[in-house]
Amino acid sequence: MKRILVSIKRVVDYNVRIRVKPDGSGVITDGVKMSINPFDEIALEEALRIKEKGLAEEVVAVSIGPADCQQQLRTALAMGADRAIHVQTDAIIEPLTAAQVLKALADREQPMLAILGKQAIDDDCSQTGQMLAALWQRPQATFASKVEVEGDKARVTREVDAGLETLEVDLPAVITTDLRLNEPRYVKLPDIMKAKKKPLDTIEPAALGVTPVEVVKSVHFEPPAARSKGIMVKDTQELVAALRSKGLV
Amino acid sequence: MAKVLIVAEHDGSKLNPATAKCVACASQIAGADISIVVFAADPSAVAAQAAALQGVARVHTVAHALHAQPLAATIAPQLAELAAGHSHVFGPSTTFGKDLMPRVAALLGAPQISDIMAVESATRFKRPIYAGNAIITVDVPADRQIVATVRVASYQPVATQAAAALIVAANPAAALPTHTRFVSVTAARSDRPDLQTAAKVVSGGRALGSAENFQILYSLADKLGAAVGASRAAVDAGYAANDMQVGQTGKIIAPELYLAFGISGAIQHLTGIKDARTIVAINKDAEAPIFEVADIGLVGDLFQIVPEIEKLIAQSN
Repeated sequence: MKRILVSIKRVVDYNVRIRVKPDGSGVITDGVKMSINPFDEIALEEALRIKEKGLAEEVVAVSIGPADCQQQLRTALAMGADRAIHVQTDAIIEPLTAAQVLKALADREQPMLAILGKQAIDDDCSQTGQMLAALWQRPQATFASKVEVEGDKARVTREVDAGLETLEVDLPAVITTDLRLNEPRYVKLPDIMKAKKKPLDTIEPAALGVTPVEVVKSVHFEPPAARSKGIMVKDTQELVAALRSKGLV
Repeated sequence: MAKVLIVAEHDGSKLNPATAKCVACASQIAGADISIVVFAADPSAVAAQAAALQGVARVHTVAHALHAQPLAATIAPQLAELAAGHSHVFGPSTTFGKDLMPRVAALLGAPQISDIMAVESATRFKRPIYAGNAIITVDVPADRQIVATVRVASYQPVATQAAAALIVAANPAAALPTHTRFVSVTAARSDRPDLQTAAKVVSGGRALGSAENFQILYSLADKLGAAVGASRAAVDAGYAANDMQVGQTGKIIAPELYLAFGISGAIQHLTGIKDARTIVAINKDAEAPIFEVADIGLVGDLFQIVPEIEKLIAQSN
C-alpha cells in the first residue's frame, strides 16, 4: 500500500508566551495550552493532499511521548489521518532517539514518504527529519515549500537562504515542511466524532528496539538578556537626529 | 584536546562569512585544534580563503563533480568519514548547515547541539529554545563526539592570519549516493547587501500593503546601503520573497541597525532581530509589541515617514 508516515509532536501552543521557572530548572508548562507543532500540522496537511490526489492510499500519524500525546493524535485523525501510532514513553526524547523510532516504524510500515515538520517550536532543534533520512539511507528534502510526487520520484522546492532550490529525489524519501507549503485545514465537529473510531495503536519504544537515552543533559534554563528600554521620538527629524548621533546614518 | 572540524559554506568561488563565524565559535573552546573541510567541484579558491582565517590549522579539500551543489545527502557520508578523530564537527546554522549537520550526526551516532550561541566549555554550550524566549545550557559527556550548528548571529567572523594554514587534499572512500539530484536554484539577484550579513537592514511588515509599496523600502535601503527584510506576515501576503523573511523560522540576523516599518513585532519575529545593535520601530499602533524591544520608536504613518527619512539623509550627505 502507498503509505505516508507523518510525525506529530505535542508542543506548547505557539501563542503561549513561555516563562522560565525561577529556579532555572525548566520552563513553566503546567496548565499551558498544548497543540500539534505547527510545522507537523503542515506535514499532515501535505500528506492528506497527496492522498486526495490519488497518489497515496494511507496516511499514518505517529507521536512519541507520554499518554497526553493521544490528544494530538486524535486531532490528526480528525484532520484526516487514517490511523495513528502512539509510541508511549515518559522518557526524554532527543532528536536522534525520535529518528531511531521513526526508522523502526519506516521498516515496519514501508512508507513511500515520511513527512515531518522542519523543526519543533519548543526545542527548535530542526534535526529529526534529516536524522531519519540518514538512518533510513534515503533522500531528504528539507524546508519544503512545494512537493510534486510523480511515480517513484518527488520534485521538491526548498526554501534556502539564497532563494528557492528544487531537488528531485527517489522515493521513499523524507520531506520536512516549511511554513508556506500549505495552509492546514480546520477540523470539523463531525470529523472529531469520526476520529474516535479510527485505530490508534500504542507501542513502547522497546518493542521497536529503541531505548531512549539522554545524552545531552539540560543543565540550566534562563530567560534571554533583556534589551534596555529605548526612547520614543516625536517625529522624523528627531529620529534621524538620534540615528545621526549614534553614527548610524 | 578538542579537535574541531568545520564544514565550509561557499558558492563555489567565495567562502560564506558564516564559516569564519564558526571558527570564532570553535576558538572559544580552550586549546582547540581547528580544521576546515571544503567540498566543491574545484575547492582551490575557497580553500585558500579558509586557510587565511585566524586560528585555522589546516584545510582539507574534497574535490568531486557531484560537490558542485552542496547536497546534504552527498556531503554527509564523506563528512562523517572525515570526522573520525575529531571531538567536534561544526557547521553554520544557515539552511546549508541545518540541512547537512543532523544527517552527519545520525551517521556518527552523535548528538547534535543546534544553534550554539555561547561556549561554556568543550562539552557545555548555550543555545536558544522556544523562539529565543529561553536560553538553555546543555552538557554532553566528555567521551562523546559532538556535532553542532553555530548560531551565526551570535558571532563575529574571525580576522585573517598572515601565515596561511596548510591545505591538504582528502580522498574519503564513502560512496556518493545518487538518489538525490539537484534541479535548479532561483535566487533573487540583487546588488543590495546580503540580508544575513548586512550592517544595516530595512524591514517591512504587513502594513506595507503590497509588493509595489515595498519599493519605498528598497529606495530607502539603497540610500543607506542596507539589505531589505520582511516579517512573515509580509512574506505570506506575497509582498516580499521568502528569502527575505526575518524571524524564528526565517533568518536570524544581527545588524548594527534594524529599521522596522509597519512590523507589529510577533515574538517569532523578535527572535530574529534580538541581536541587532540598534532597533528602530516605526508603527501606526503605539501599542505594537515591537516598541518593547525598540531602542528608538516613532508612532506614525510609514508612508509619510519613509520618504521623510530618505530626504533628511540626502540633505546631510
